[in-house]
Amino acid sequence: MELLLAIAVMALGAVVLGAALGYAAIKFRVEGDPLVEKIEAILPQTQCGQCGYPGCKPYADAIAKGEADINLCPPGGMEGVQRLADLLGREVKPLDAEEKPKQVAIIDENTCIGCTLCIQACPVDAIVGAAKQMHTIIAGQCTGCELCLPPCPVECIRMEAITENIDNWKWKYPVVEIKAAAPQKAA
Amino acid sequence: MLNLFKFKGGVKPPTNKTQSLGRPIAVAPLPSRLVVPLHQSIGGTPRPVVQAGDKVLKGQLIGEADGWISAAVHAPTSGTVVAVDMHVQPHPSGLDALCVVIEPDGRDEWTTRVPVDHRALAPEEVRERLQQAGVVGLGGAVFPTHGKLTPSKTVPMQELVINGAECEPFITCDDLLMRERADEVVRGIGIFRDLLQPEKVLIGIEDNKPEAAAAMRAAVQALGESFEVVQVPTLYPAGGAKQLIRVLTGKEVPASKRSTDLGVQCFNVATAYTAWRALAHGEPVVSRLVTVTGNVAEPCNYEVLIGTPMAEVLKLGRPHPDTDGIVMGGPMMGFLVPDGEVPVVKATNCLIAHSERLFPPKAPEMPCIRCGSCARACPHELQPFEMYWFARAKNFGKTQEYHIFDCIECGCCSFVCPSRIPLVQYFRFAKSEIWAREREKKAADTAKTRFEFKQLREEREKAEKAEKLARAAAAQAAKKAAEAAAAAGEAAPGETAAAVDAETDPKKAAIAAAMARAKAQREAAPPRNTEQLNAVQQRELDEIEARRQAAGISPAAPAEKTE
Repeated sequence: MELLLAIAVMALGAVVLGAALGYAAIKFRVEGDPLVEKIEAILPQTQCGQCGYPGCKPYADAIAKGEADINLCPPGGMEGVQRLADLLGREVKPLDAEEKPKQVAIIDENTCIGCTLCIQACPVDAIVGAAKQMHTIIAGQCTGCELCLPPCPVECIRMEAITENIDNWKWKYPVVEIKAAAPQKAA
Repeated sequence: MLNLFKFKGGVKPPTNKTQSLGRPIAVAPLPSRLVVPLHQSIGGTPRPVVQAGDKVLKGQLIGEADGWISAAVHAPTSGTVVAVDMHVQPHPSGLDALCVVIEPDGRDEWTTRVPVDHRALAPEEVRERLQQAGVVGLGGAVFPTHGKLTPSKTVPMQELVINGAECEPFITCDDLLMRERADEVVRGIGIFRDLLQPEKVLIGIEDNKPEAAAAMRAAVQALGESFEVVQVPTLYPAGGAKQLIRVLTGKEVPASKRSTDLGVQCFNVATAYTAWRALAHGEPVVSRLVTVTGNVAEPCNYEVLIGTPMAEVLKLGRPHPDTDGIVMGGPMMGFLVPDGEVPVVKATNCLIAHSERLFPPKAPEMPCIRCGSCARACPHELQPFEMYWFARAKNFGKTQEYHIFDCIECGCCSFVCPSRIPLVQYFRFAKSEIWAREREKKAADTAKTRFEFKQLREEREKAEKAEKLARAAAAQAAKKAAEAAAAAGEAAPGETAAAVDAETDPKKAAIAAAMARAKAQREAAPPRNTEQLNAVQQRELDEIEARRQAAGISPAAPAEKTE
């Protein structure tokens, strides 16, 4: 009898707790994959496709699924790789491409024929213009992804590195870096 | 006698003020060329309204304020605009910014000045006039003054604090201003009082300037004002706005709030003076007092036109031959300017001729020994050594946890550090890195939303196109059916397609049904461009519809017209 009672009590406990867990699973359901969002927050959102995925979100998805490596994003640079490695507990790898300075696209307005091809290519709608009208780039919105370069039939778009100005100037790191002396040549 | 309060920390560096106090304010001669930067205040960069070749008069607008937090810029003397281009700025970066270069004609001829009585104007108009006159905080922060003159709607203004403390070593321009032009300073304070309606006005002056305090007291009495001139203990940085507010009122401004939230507002004495000149004399800010001191034979205060090259100003003080640079500001918070050609701006209160004799090079930095001197000296009760560790390790999140953005970069911590660690430089580095990251984050977020919107739009366009194609296909089918019916009609002479009763002919019935379907589809998917029309467009459309009706091409049957 006591044995049966013990089993009944444990069974009741299991049912109650199971119901509570089941309810919690529905009530506090997490929509989407929070890891993807965290990865996406680290990616620079240039939407350039240089990683081989059509945008930052698909790349973040692929990283989360373990399909893609973390060193495929050139605009994010080594710093991005470092942060992804920290987040995912993976090993830091050298970047799979060369790191470039931040840049902005510039349209040579004299050469532009107004074909609208670059407007269609721009992932962030940072090019203004209409058919047979001159196009121009909204520099503040340009992510420097270079996607507008290949479609241009007259090659009137060029990339320019963003130089330092008073607004984006940063104080330098005060530590004097210790450099190795140039090796002395043996006579 | 007012009960004074204390702030924690602070240091007592040698004041070095007596050198430049011996001579009265002198007027600097007209320079050969004026380079007036457009961005001289916090906020938006003013837009240039002149171009090369234009003749300008003294006080004429050359840069128009861009937005509310921005202040206008004026020609400091009459002459010709030579260029509007990039020049080196008095900024630690040594980078260029847009400037208006003026060649003086030597006549120093004023534009029409319109003096006004601020009491006869509405407060908004006074604020606008101050913005138009380019009045900004001359204590060093150059915040547009009009932006600080709107009383809070919720908190009653209790104290108006006027900052005449001038706590930085070497600098004496506010001291001399109060000694020689106390009357106009007090009148300027009157303007601020009238706009803000505070319960009391406190003028804080460090007790190492008894002459200035006496002159201000006399002026207050002569003008019959009720302002209180308070001498505060000489302790760097008593002239910091938050420190002076603390000393005079006992109120501590929390990190997340502004002093107005506590019913206090603070202005520099020189700001009050320029506000008075701007309103009562119609003179915009085209010059300011600059202390020329340091390694010079004749330290003195000069009234200098904005845009004068610093080297020309320094020459007036006859610098010693071993002078190797110019420090703008005091020795605690100032910086070495990139070269002598940089212009005097509204923020330039002092030029110190730098030499190794006066400022011997610092011995090399040693490791932190965790003595805690910096924490004791910090007037904001921060923990500089903790912030130093994290800034050095580039752990910026942690520096923010230690409230790095409350640091006013006064330099007390670096001053007391026995290991001579340039702490402030670490904090500036960390702050600008954090700002850069925030800028990047913001740019990434905008790029993301724009990208997502573009994708959404492309999908919508695709759906719309598919819909249109389906519609065209249906119309095509209907047309074919109609043609077949017409052929059938021809086959049966004497009967026209229209005359046939649909119910008797199954083919006609099928056509009618197809047309009805096409119509229903059309109605289910109305054109997207007719949703938000204004009255004029709607009327035009109606007229077109009427014409089409009259011409017999009813919109009810465009399916037959569609190819």
